[in-house]
Amino acid sequence: MSLVATELTRRSDGVAHLDGVSCALERGRFYVVVGPTLSGKTSLLHALAGLNVPDTGTVTLDGADLAAVPVWSRSVSMVYQQFINYPHLSVYENIAFPLRRRRLAQAEIERRVRAIAETVGLTPLLARLPGALSGGQQQRVALARSLVKGSDLLLLDEPLVNLDYKLREQLREEFLNIFSAQSRSILVYTTADPNEALLFDAEVLVMHEGRLLQVGAAQGVYARPATTTVARIFSDPPMNLLPGSLDGAGLRLANDVLLPRPRHLESLPPGPYVFGIHPGDVALAASGIASEVELAEISGSETFLHVRHADMRLVAHLAGVHAYALGESVQMAVEGAKLFAFAPAGALAAAPASGG
Amino acid sequence: MSALYRTLKYAAILLWSAFVIAPFLWALSTSFKTANGITGGPTYIPWLQYEPSLEGWSLLFRSGGGGIAIGGPYLSSLVVTISASLISLVLGTLAAYGLSRFTYRAGFVRNADITFFFISQRIMPPVVLAIPFFLMLQFLGLLDTEIGLIIVYIALLMPIAVWVMVDFFNTVPRELDESAMLDGCSPFETFWRVILPNSRPGLVVAGLFCLIFGWNDFFFAFTLTFTQTQLLPVAIVALNSSVTPWWSLSAAALVSVAPLVAVAFVLESYLSRGNLAGAVR
Repeated sequence: MSLVATELTRRSDGVAHLDGVSCALERGRFYVVVGPTLSGKTSLLHALAGLNVPDTGTVTLDGADLAAVPVWSRSVSMVYQQFINYPHLSVYENIAFPLRRRRLAQAEIERRVRAIAETVGLTPLLARLPGALSGGQQQRVALARSLVKGSDLLLLDEPLVNLDYKLREQLREEFLNIFSAQSRSILVYTTADPNEALLFDAEVLVMHEGRLLQVGAAQGVYARPATTTVARIFSDPPMNLLPGSLDGAGLRLANDVLLPRPRHLESLPPGPYVFGIHPGDVALAASGIASEVELAEISGSETFLHVRHADMRLVAHLAGVHAYALGESVQMAVEGAKLFAFAPAGALAAAPASGG
Repeated sequence: MSALYRTLKYAAILLWSAFVIAPFLWALSTSFKTANGITGGPTYIPWLQYEPSLEGWSLLFRSGGGGIAIGGPYLSSLVVTISASLISLVLGTLAAYGLSRFTYRAGFVRNADITFFFISQRIMPPVVLAIPFFLMLQFLGLLDTEIGLIIVYIALLMPIAVWVMVDFFNTVPRELDESAMLDGCSPFETFWRVILPNSRPGLVVAGLFCLIFGWNDFFFAFTLTFTQTQLLPVAIVALNSSVTPWWSLSAAALVSVAPLVAVAFVLESYLSRGNLAGAVR
């Protein structure tokens, strides 16, 4: 057992920032909290750190209740989305700051600061002030400061979101290497980007409107999202959700699209369903669902094609750059074998064997 | 276009500079005149138009013979203004940090109400406060003393410090406080080791306001002192007797703005330097 949160609830002004969140986090594991903005990710980190007091619920570390332990006596580190460092101290003194508060010996401080600076690549910059560094370097300082203490709990609140794309990729890689060496800490990382969670291949906690919706390995959550909400949060672009039904003739979408019933959905009873498909599994076809182009977003070498068939909207994630005119007619193919089926209320009924 | 713009820009700057500097030059020139140099119409150039004299200046350091010894009031003004400003800045900064970071509630009273109570001290016209202050100091036996004036000035200056510093602290990200606490700082250590060292621009602005308002006050210095204690503005005005000695008035005026000018020059370099410049609005 390690860090256990039980029924954490926190409201302010009628908004539930945390709504009955319970989770158990083990040492040496890497957890990624995924959720859209205002889903309660930051509130959860603050509650775990002791920076805010939940209205109800408890947090225990190795069985001991943390409520009585003030923040400054806990073994917690946090890296923020904004690059938070102490502007009046040099990089060296920034990293040494938490060690000095613990009154460590000068030689020990020196040794630890040098070691961690080497790990995160700050050795040539130790004499500078944070204000004289680039965003990526500032975030490295914040990371070094959080790592140097060897805390039980290391919290990272969307640490890469304010960096440009190249730097984000590079730092993400370095983070992964650094984190794998933290065997006794509990790492909790928040992000709004499901792809980041998949890249880290970590244990995922999906949050929405203050509630914890699903916990599991990233690949597992991606392959079997528990509800339509999880399916949309844990897919970028969000999973297409298409109302339809299963009956003797096959699988119906909208009112007039009839597909053969896919094998993995054969055991489901007939009735109304919501079918989900990842935008990457929607393709263009010579003959398929006749649709009208509503928008074509071109991002680098990919195209996100938004189309409409009657009341049914679909997003297709296509490789390569494709130019489409607004209102242009296209034929879309939805591969039955890749369809998820959800009950109308949202719970997963069946998932494709391949994981979509 | 850009040449015209530059010309207009510098013309405007020159015009404004002249407007600001001219009174000082006028006072400087007048301070070296005597009655002869003043009554015969405007004169500007020493030696050519009037015979410069140190009479005006020497009156400031002489008692008797129409002179006023300015040294005593000058020292009093320095002591009162600096003490009141420092105490206001220390108390005001602590109060402002609390109001910015912690939640207080007493009945219907919330942080914003407390902040407003501080600021509301400055809403009333000074005349309204004069009699209460007079009676309070009389009760305490502190009328006509520097201590009494310091207390009154703290009441007047601390709201300014609170106001400026609350505004400043609200611009400092809370994550900085949180980081400090997670790194092992108690709330006071957080303030002392992390927030205060990064608050120089706010402190400079608040301190400057306190010094200016304290130094330039005439009304309370006039109503709450009689013979034992005299502050500089009162001493300068007291120069006006049956004949107005323009020369020593000018000299005294120049001497009285000197410290503010010096402080402004020193602090200005703090304002324009450093990473938090412009952090206050």
